[in-house]
Amino acid sequence: MNSTSWKEPSIAAIVAILAASVPLVFDAYWLSVSVTAMMYIALSTSWALFSGPTHYISLATGAFFGIGGYLVGTGMSDYNLSFWLMAAIAPIVATILAALIGLATLRLSGVYFVIFTLGLAEMIRNLVSWIQNNFLGSRGLYVLTDFTESHIYWMLLIIACCVYLLGWLVNRSRLGFALRIIGNDESVAKHVGINTAMSKVILFMTTGFFAALVGAVIAPRYTYIEPNQVFSPELSFLVVIMALLGGAGRLWGPLVGVIPFTLIWEFVSIQAPNSTTLFLGLVFLLIVYVLPHGFVGRIDQINKKLKERSH
Amino acid sequence: MDILVSGLLLAGTYALVAMGLNLQYGVARIMNLANGELLVLGALASFWLFVSAEMSPLLTIFLVAPVAFAGNWLIYRFLLLPLVKRAKSQGHLEVDAILATFGMSFIMVGLMLSIHGEYFTYEFLTQPITILGSIVALNRFIAFLIAVAIGAGLYLWLNHTRPGAAMRAVAVSPEAAGLVGIDVARMSAFAFATGGAVTAVGGALISTFITLDASIGVLFTMKALIIVIMGGVGDIRGAILAAIILGIVETAVATLIDPGLTLTAAYLIFLLILLFRPQGLFGRRAT
Repeated sequence: MNSTSWKEPSIAAIVAILAASVPLVFDAYWLSVSVTAMMYIALSTSWALFSGPTHYISLATGAFFGIGGYLVGTGMSDYNLSFWLMAAIAPIVATILAALIGLATLRLSGVYFVIFTLGLAEMIRNLVSWIQNNFLGSRGLYVLTDFTESHIYWMLLIIACCVYLLGWLVNRSRLGFALRIIGNDESVAKHVGINTAMSKVILFMTTGFFAALVGAVIAPRYTYIEPNQVFSPELSFLVVIMALLGGAGRLWGPLVGVIPFTLIWEFVSIQAPNSTTLFLGLVFLLIVYVLPHGFVGRIDQINKKLKERSH
Repeated sequence: MDILVSGLLLAGTYALVAMGLNLQYGVARIMNLANGELLVLGALASFWLFVSAEMSPLLTIFLVAPVAFAGNWLIYRFLLLPLVKRAKSQGHLEVDAILATFGMSFIMVGLMLSIHGEYFTYEFLTQPITILGSIVALNRFIAFLIAVAIGAGLYLWLNHTRPGAAMRAVAVSPEAAGLVGIDVARMSAFAFATGGAVTAVGGALISTFITLDASIGVLFTMKALIIVIMGGVGDIRGAILAAIILGIVETAVATLIDPGLTLTAAYLIFLLILLFRPQGLFGRRAT
C-alpha cells in the first residue's frame, strides 16, 4: 500500500473533524442550513456510488427517503415504537425494495431504469395515501424526540462518513473495478465474466439503504410527517443535480457540488420562491452543456493543463 | 361497459401522444422526458385561447401544431444535435438526452407556472351523448375521433410515402439509412419536430375533458413511456394496443377502486411488461 492511496482518506478525516465542530460555531440559522447541506452530502455521495461508475441515473432517492421518514412517523405515532427501532427497520425495508426494483429493471437498458424510478416516489406516495385514507384513518404523523438540530447534524455527519468509507472500500474492491468496467462498456464487462446485473443491484441497494436512513434520521426535524411532504419527487432531482454538478466520477465530487448549490438554492428559495423550478431546469442545462463532468472534471482539466505547461 | 367505452375513448389520445414520443425516440433516438410538459403546453394554449378569445380548441390545434413543430425543430437543431454529435455511444447520448430534456421540462414547468399557476379549467362540448348504451361527454368522443384521424394519417404517411419510408429506415438503422442516401440528421430533426407537434395537439385535445395544471406533465410522460415500452419502440400497432390496455385499466381502477391509484395501476402494468415482455407486446426477443 503506497502513501498516495492514504492521502484522500486522511484529508477526508480532517474535513470530517472540522465539520463536526460546525454546531459549536454556527448560529441557529446557519446550523439549519448546515443540516440541509449535510443531508444532501450523504444523499448525493451515496447516489454517486451507484450512478457515478454505472451512468445509470437513479431518481428513486425521493422514494427511499420517503420510506425512511414515513416509517419512522408511522411507527412512532401509530404503534408507539422507539425512534431507534424504526430508524433501523426503515433502511432494511428500503434495501429490500431497492433489490426488487434492481432485479426487475437493471437487467435491461438504462432507459427503463430511469423511467421506472422517475415516477416511483409519486406512485408510493399515492399508494401510502390511499392505504392511510382507507384503512388506517389518521393522516398526519408526529415524530416527537428530544433531538436538537445539533444532534441531527452529527448523526447525518456520521452517515456521510460511513457512505464515504464504504465508497472508498468499494473503489478498492473487485466490485468497484467491475462497476467501472460496466460503466465503460457493458458488453466488455459481460465478456470478461462479470455478473453485471448483480453488481449493479448490490450497489443500488446501498443507495436505497442510505437514502432511507437519512430520511429516518431527519424525520425528527419536521416533527409532523405527511406522505405528501416526505415522498417528494423534487428531492430526487436535487440529489442528481448536486451530485452531477460536483462530478459523480470522484468520491468527493458530490461534496463539491452540494455546498455551493445548497447556498444558492437557499438564496433562490427565499428571493424568488416562484422561480425555483425554472432555476432547476437551467442548472440541468448548465451541467449538460457546460460542465459535463462537473466541477471535478473542470478541476482535473485545469490540473492537466498546468502539468503540461510545467513540462 | 361504461369502463370499456370511456377507457377506449381515453386510449385514443394516449395512443396519439405515445405515437409522438415514438417518433422522437424511435427515429430521432432522443429519449424526450419533456414530452409530458409539451403536452401540458398544448393544453395551456388551448385553455388560454378559449378563455381569453373564446377560440374553439378544435381550431387551436391548427395553431398549436405548426408552432410546436417549429419549436421542436429548433430544440433538436440547436440543443440536441450537438449532443448527438458529441456522444461516443448510444448509452452516452441517452444519459445526455435524459438530463437535457429534464432541464427543458423544468424550464417549461417554471414558465407555465408563471403564466398560469392554477388549474386549466374550461367547459367545452360537455353535453352528454350515448355510445353503445353508455353516457359520455361529447368532448371525449370528439377528441377520440380527432386523435384517431391524426394517428391514421400518420400511419398511412409512414407506410405509403417516400419520406415516410425514409423515416422508417432511419428508425431501423441510422448508419444504413445514411449509406443509401438519406439525410439522417434532417430526417431526425423532422421526426423530432413531428413528434412534438403530435404530442402538443394531443395535449390540446386532452385539455377538453381532463383538467390539467402546469406541473402535471411528468405523469403524462410516464404514461406515454409505459405505452411506448409496452408496445415496443417504433411499433405503432403495439402502441395502439398498449394505449387501449392502459386506458381501460386506468379507467377501471379509477371507477372501481380509487382515482388516486391510476399511477399505481400503470406501474403494475409496467412492472409486468419489464418482467415478462421487455421487448414489447409484439416484439421479438433480441438474439
